[in-house]
Amino acid sequence: MAERARKSFSVRQLPGVTPITLACFAALYAPIVIIVIYSFNAGDSVALWQGFSFRWYAIAAENELVQEATIRSLVIALWASGISTVLATMAALGTTRTAKFPGSTFIYVMINQPLMVPEIVTAVALLIFFAAIKVATGYSGLAYLILAHSAFCVPFAYLPIRARLEGMDRTLEIAAADLYATPWQTFRRVTLPLVAPGIVAGAMLAFVISLDDVIITEFVKSAGQDTLPTYMLGQLRRAITPEVNAISTALLGLTILLLTAFFLLTGRNNDKKP
Amino acid sequence: MSGESASLRSLERDAAARRIRRNWLLSAPALALLLVGASGPLLIVLVYSFLKPGDFSGVIWEPSFNAWFQILFSRDIFDDTVGLADAHLTIFWRSVRLSLSTTLITLLLGLPTAYFIATRSGRQRMFWLFLITIPFWTNLLIRTFAILEMLRNEGIVNNALVDLGLIAEPLQILYTDTAVLIGMSYVYLPLMVLPLYAAIERLDFRLVEAGYDLYANRVQVFRRIILPIIKPGIIAGSILVFVPSLGAYVTPRVLGGGKNMMIGNFIELQFGQGRNWPLGASLSILLLFIVMAALLLYVRVSSREEPHG
Repeated sequence: MAERARKSFSVRQLPGVTPITLACFAALYAPIVIIVIYSFNAGDSVALWQGFSFRWYAIAAENELVQEATIRSLVIALWASGISTVLATMAALGTTRTAKFPGSTFIYVMINQPLMVPEIVTAVALLIFFAAIKVATGYSGLAYLILAHSAFCVPFAYLPIRARLEGMDRTLEIAAADLYATPWQTFRRVTLPLVAPGIVAGAMLAFVISLDDVIITEFVKSAGQDTLPTYMLGQLRRAITPEVNAISTALLGLTILLLTAFFLLTGRNNDKKP
Repeated sequence: MSGESASLRSLERDAAARRIRRNWLLSAPALALLLVGASGPLLIVLVYSFLKPGDFSGVIWEPSFNAWFQILFSRDIFDDTVGLADAHLTIFWRSVRLSLSTTLITLLLGLPTAYFIATRSGRQRMFWLFLITIPFWTNLLIRTFAILEMLRNEGIVNNALVDLGLIAEPLQILYTDTAVLIGMSYVYLPLMVLPLYAAIERLDFRLVEAGYDLYANRVQVFRRIILPIIKPGIIAGSILVFVPSLGAYVTPRVLGGGKNMMIGNFIELQFGQGRNWPLGASLSILLLFIVMAALLLYVRVSSREEPHG
């Protein structure tokens, strides 16, 4: 008996850790799982199960407001992730693999600024700023939302690209230069293909972040410019139907898909590193 | 000889200058975007906080400390403006109290969870990490919705309690401070677990073993060895949870139901029905400063953590 007790004793073990952890994960996943399950409910209730059906997905898909919001969300997310990824890639090339230079800390703080300022403060600031521009120019299109989303997506695109660049083998670029490649050729043929997984990962993160944004969008959007999250937030004022569950589940599926791809991409990076 | 090395030096200096110029040129577009879409407008907010409110919305371009005065005044309960002061004070107090409680709850739940994940081996650890990351990246609104569905009068929690015979009538949990607290703890738990995990993962278990060898019991080992070593992770996680909790907007709006406002909702109110943009602006700047102070503390703690590796 004493022998067995000694065998099962591990310095890493602490009592109570496993049950609390399992309870935590159960609590983290139960609400999400319930949303997913009830999105397939045939009945009108969000609490009473009345059989399996795609009814609410069909209703959501036929809802013109949902269609428009979906397209708007995707358009904004595509533009924002595109713009922020290109700019973040350039900035990452300018700020990694170089000695500290005058202003490098300033650039770093500026790029990460959206991560540090509470979103509600940025939202209010953009509301004031864009309200003035809207009055001055009379333009109230999607560009404001795309601009705002691009800005707060920059740090999310920047971080994986920077990580990838820092882990990169510089000797390949030096070899290319030795073999008379121009700086542009070196970049195009050597650097870019090597950083590509980081760039794709950054773009995907930016896409998810843009797709998920509620607060800044809610403050910046003009009338009739709902994205999916702000549409869902607006629905809250009325009675909640499983339609919102269906939209949530669809968004959730898309997020998990992109994240799994992201993990696979960045995970493969790490494998390559010794 | 000396001329040659001087020209070499000047060449090197030229190359360095070119490199700096190149770095700045590459960063410039991103900086310009952030200046227009993030940092610049913050300066406008700062300016607005020193102006007078317009009749319907916006501002009148007259310098005034009134907006800042209104925040400070709210602390003085022996003044004429008692009603207003009380309302401000209640909101500030609720924000701080709920944020601190959220930090404490996530710490109590997150510490064992992070410890569990950090003490798994190889592939298992990746699996659990992935499980904690999915809720972390799931839309905040969806997660808040999920909690809303759970806590409703006819929701799962109340149904289960009634079915078990623990309560006769469904509890009104939704639209109370408790609902906001549950929601924020739920939403921010992964933010606590990730830095704690990073700290525990680096823990040298030979120290723990040494503690047991020297006849320390579990409690002593935890309090005297593990806790001091992972303290930077605890502080980091606490700040990472406290900062967004204090600025929370979506969770109190959805689960608090308008009555139970926090600072974030109060700021929005000033730009909507409140029609007091300068007060909203000064509150925003105040919130920004509190968050910056917390983050500076975080930077100092994490830079002190580095040398220990």
